[in-house]
Amino acid sequence: MSNLIQLNDDIASIAENLWVTVQLPPSNVEARKQAGKVVQFKLTGEATVSETQIADTVIPATGKIIVPLSVFIARKDELLTRISNGEVGVWIDTHEVLADLVNDQADLNVLPIIAVHVERFADGRIFSLGTLLRKRYGFKNELRAIGDVLRDQLFFLKRSGFNSYLIRADRSANDALASLKDFTAPYQGAVDEPRPVFSRYNRTA
Amino acid sequence: MYKYDKLDQQIVDERVAQYRDQTRRFLAGELTEEEFRPLRLQNGLYIQRHAPMFRIAVPYGMLSSRQLHKLGDIAKKYDRDYGHFSTRQNLQLNWPKLEDVPEMLAELATVEMHAIQTSGNCIRNITTDQFAGIAPDEVIDPRAMAEIMRQWSTFHPEFALLPRKFKIAVSGTKQDRAIVQAHDIGMEFYTDDADKLAIKVWVGGGLGRTPILGSVIREHLEWQHALTYCEAIIRVYNLHGRRDNSYKARIKILVKALGIEEFKNQVEAEWAHLKDAPNTITEAELARVSKYFEAMPYENLSAHDASFDAAIASNPAFAAWAKRCVHVHKQAGYRAVTLSLKPHGKAPGDATSDQMHVVADLAAQYSFGELRVSHEQNLILADVKLSDLYSVWEKARAAGLATPNIGLLTDIICCPGGDFCSLANAKSIPIAEAIQMQFDNLDYLHDIGDIELNISGCMNACGHHHVGHIGILGVDKDGSEWYQVSIGGKQGNDASLGTVIGPAFSADEMPGVVQKLIDIYIKERTPEELFIDTVRRLGIAPFKAHVYAKNEEIVSV
Repeated sequence: MSNLIQLNDDIASIAENLWVTVQLPPSNVEARKQAGKVVQFKLTGEATVSETQIADTVIPATGKIIVPLSVFIARKDELLTRISNGEVGVWIDTHEVLADLVNDQADLNVLPIIAVHVERFADGRIFSLGTLLRKRYGFKNELRAIGDVLRDQLFFLKRSGFNSYLIRADRSANDALASLKDFTAPYQGAVDEPRPVFSRYNRTA
Repeated sequence: MYKYDKLDQQIVDERVAQYRDQTRRFLAGELTEEEFRPLRLQNGLYIQRHAPMFRIAVPYGMLSSRQLHKLGDIAKKYDRDYGHFSTRQNLQLNWPKLEDVPEMLAELATVEMHAIQTSGNCIRNITTDQFAGIAPDEVIDPRAMAEIMRQWSTFHPEFALLPRKFKIAVSGTKQDRAIVQAHDIGMEFYTDDADKLAIKVWVGGGLGRTPILGSVIREHLEWQHALTYCEAIIRVYNLHGRRDNSYKARIKILVKALGIEEFKNQVEAEWAHLKDAPNTITEAELARVSKYFEAMPYENLSAHDASFDAAIASNPAFAAWAKRCVHVHKQAGYRAVTLSLKPHGKAPGDATSDQMHVVADLAAQYSFGELRVSHEQNLILADVKLSDLYSVWEKARAAGLATPNIGLLTDIICCPGGDFCSLANAKSIPIAEAIQMQFDNLDYLHDIGDIELNISGCMNACGHHHVGHIGILGVDKDGSEWYQVSIGGKQGNDASLGTVIGPAFSADEMPGVVQKLIDIYIKERTPEELFIDTVRRLGIAPFKAHVYAKNEEIVSV
């Protein structure tokens, strides 16, 4: 069964995943360590993808694909026809910088889907990235959270502009559906509902 | 104080349901410890040395009688009959059961309380001056803005998982009592030249492992923009704050790394997009919330009361208490009262369930049913008639709440320390108790005068030791507990961070060390000088020389 939740007009349902996420080949650079422990979060803007990885990335010949930002930028020539056919989306990591995407692809709405990959669920950069993609860069198509996506972050992801969520493979997407409805009337304006509670309701003292 | 409408109530009720299910899933093995951790923390639950610790939010320190009665009941039913008021104006319970927390939250929700975002890497409880609304030097009552900010920060989706905790303080007085310079964001409200409410915004302050006082990021911000400007600051922090090293993850490290000018440029660039966005506060919303903080229905009283004057004249114990624990009020004939949670030889900031009920009753009978928690870990009755002070004193004294030591050496600010906290390197409560017993002489305490002594059991600095006139920090050396002493820290407009005087001491030595610091002060002070003034005038050298001197003679300076 699919582990993808999609939100359409505020109605969430399990949907078939029509997109293949293209992975980078593993890096042979050793993970950064601090005090003997592997550093769990990469720094924003930290260069993490090598030329070799980009060159060695296997792009399927057909079908709808979501490619890594670095591959999208470096190997765009190979993708031009498929981009114009609406078969190419982009995924970015939480430590990557949106300016790199926008400088390369001024009109984001050429892309039918953008995914943000969160390596560890506690990395809240994903919420700012979603908010910026929607509010600053006007992205209107499918915005998907991928990676360590768990039900207890779904409500925040929804409010930050994400409308599809690929729940981590070992968890039930069906159970996760409920968490999109954790709160009925949140206080502050955000992407899904820009008006704060004091503009939506008449709250007389 | 603020009262929930059905929207507020719905949010806390839904929170209880959400957390009940999260706890159920954790206990059923559907959530790992790592996955459950941020969820429980954002509901105030730590896993501690002996048991979990549960931190209940007291927004900007305001409590009603009814709420305090409920806290007393909860401490009795689910804990060991007492609670600890913290330097963030919250209440901590040290012995709850993880399984009971959903039910405790449900009980709290019945009195418009919660534990939302009292821990975890998110925006924490917003703190302010315990005398808000009644202080004669107040320019603006900051509580309405604090409440608006509380609502905005509650489950703010973009800032749900920040690099590290994020603390905001607001202040509306000439003399800062909210330590705005020691917060991630400090908001100092004032009236600008156009007679409009404005905010001076501080950023990047914080104590902890790397103590730094904040920098001014904006001298003048119109109040309407308080939320969007905070969003700009926190967005820059959320995206660029360091997540690779939790010791370097606070916003102060980012501000230092970039420099305040560059940080400000980034924030202003962000704010250019956010200014006037829907989260801009409306006049109507400020007016709505401000209604809850209007002046109490005071009686028209004379500035003097004969019975009070007579009691002062005839009863030295009452007079001593009035001198330290009774504070000026902007309304004639009224005073604010601090009920000391610092009796000598007891854990600072602790209150038993019975004491909570006594205070709740006192508030109901004498102070319009409301009270406040101070960041100095005492309880305040904000609106007491002069003519009622004697009765309040008698009842407070009977309950052990009238130690006349507010602002004196034994009014120690202290974290729970190694007796309870799993982060601590050393115990802090026994040190506080030992110092209190060393100075268990009220005349002597009054002679020493105003002084602040702060103790933290580790460098996370919950006891705010960096801003104590005397600061004590518990450190671990080869598995044993030692105490590092600093002097010259201060809160307020002229805030400063203390300087460490030298190598650390053992617990046994600590009362003697404090005694030596005080001896030098007594010897060197000019008639008008407080301890902090003498330290600032002389520097640490004479204090250091005496404390570390081999013989017991006072070293000349």
